[in-house]
Amino acid sequence: MAYPADLKYTKEHEWIRVAGDVAEVGITDYAQQQLGDVVYVDLPEVGRKIDAGESFGSIESVKAVSELFAPMAGEVVAVNPALKDHPEAVNSAPHTTWMIKVKLADAGAAAALLDSQQYESLLG
Amino acid sequence: MSDSATAELRKTALNSRHRASNARMVAYAGWDMPVEYAGITAEHMAVRTRAGIFDVSHMGEIEIAGKNALAAVQRISSNDAGKLAIGQIQYAGLLTPQGTFIDDMLVYRIASSHFMLVVNAANTAKDYAWIAAQVAEVGDAAAIDSSSRYALISIQGPASADVLQPLTGVDLSGLRYYWYAHGEVASARAMVSRTGYSGEDGFEVFVPPNMADRVWQALLDAGRAVEVVPCGLGARDTLRLEAGMRLYGNDIDESTTALEAGLGWVVAWDKDGALGVDVLREQKAAGVSRSLVGLELIDPGIARHGYAVLRGGQRVGVVTSGTQTPFLKKSVAMAYVPVDAAAVGTELDVDIRGRAAKARVVPLPFYKRSKR
Repeated sequence: MAYPADLKYTKEHEWIRVAGDVAEVGITDYAQQQLGDVVYVDLPEVGRKIDAGESFGSIESVKAVSELFAPMAGEVVAVNPALKDHPEAVNSAPHTTWMIKVKLADAGAAAALLDSQQYESLLG
Repeated sequence: MSDSATAELRKTALNSRHRASNARMVAYAGWDMPVEYAGITAEHMAVRTRAGIFDVSHMGEIEIAGKNALAAVQRISSNDAGKLAIGQIQYAGLLTPQGTFIDDMLVYRIASSHFMLVVNAANTAKDYAWIAAQVAEVGDAAAIDSSSRYALISIQGPASADVLQPLTGVDLSGLRYYWYAHGEVASARAMVSRTGYSGEDGFEVFVPPNMADRVWQALLDAGRAVEVVPCGLGARDTLRLEAGMRLYGNDIDESTTALEAGLGWVVAWDKDGALGVDVLREQKAAGVSRSLVGLELIDPGIARHGYAVLRGGQRVGVVTSGTQTPFLKKSVAMAYVPVDAAAVGTELDVDIRGRAAKARVVPLPFYKRSKR
């Protein structure tokens, strides 16, 4: 699966799609492959403030649990309601299945994250 | 992780096939093993509804033969091997003198004075050292670690017999659960055993390692019509957990007794001279203080091995295995809890990384196949 050029990436295998001062956050195709079948995504309450690099939730697959780390600082303004009944969407459409929407503290900080080419070379 | 990452991993006869099929490989008990092919959920569902094949060649085989073989097996096995006919199989504990588990095993009676024990991969060396010492104590019998002589392929699922039958002269309809027969599978010398670790009907096929690839391919070919899929250790674990079967190293070990683990049914209570059974008799009379129970989570999340079980905010027990079961679609776990919290319906909490998630004690197994 190709890594979309309109996303920014972290070394912890999250992606972020910035549109103005709001951004969607999810996990990459590589991350979902490593996890295997996702069965539950534990997400924060709307209104929670998160720092860049802070754990904002966890994702459970049949075989393992993994923490979710915020790529950028901000306030959670939405959590994806569809994940409650269809967590497997993380496996089938990782780059469009967002987990949280964040009102960014500083949209300009996105420049410090990896672009798709850098992320792909990180995966080797 | 550091040990397994640096040490040379052992490979089964099917290793290059797993790698060529793009299975996800992991280090398990010193072996390089497939954890999943298409995905744990799909593999699990295939076994519940059709059939799946597993490479379980990492399992150990230890044979005991000689004049006193039965006496030696009776000494080390919790169960009564004297009740086994030739061709019959028994589940048993390999117990410490304290009644805890060195391992759990299947005991095959090959001849009146010849037995084969199938043991867990991680324990084979430890088991063999223990068994050899006990056999020497009894005398006039020998123990042999014959693990490298066998590849072991398991086919599990309701369609197993239909897939396997065309490949073998063994009459599978006449082969009862926990019996085995010698014969051929895909023209390879084989021992076909109606056993498994999935909660479904199925067979475990012992073949010479150099025949493993041929038998694996033959099963895939014969199973094409019912879409037999290769399965990894991940589905093996979710299947056995759904079926309430204990896993050594998770649910039972050298700190847990057969009674605590709910495995009193594998103890031959009136047998003399069996290691550990005296202690278990005393424990049975006095009563155990904790029991392995089934839990179903009411709150979301998965209770994993090592998580604390809470009652009124206090830690009272520990989770030994847990998963979201693909077939039942429930989050279930096994846990040791105090006996006064072990009754079905008791509500407890599981500490899931700092969050108290509600759970309820439910009967084991979680899943039982319907008899057809």
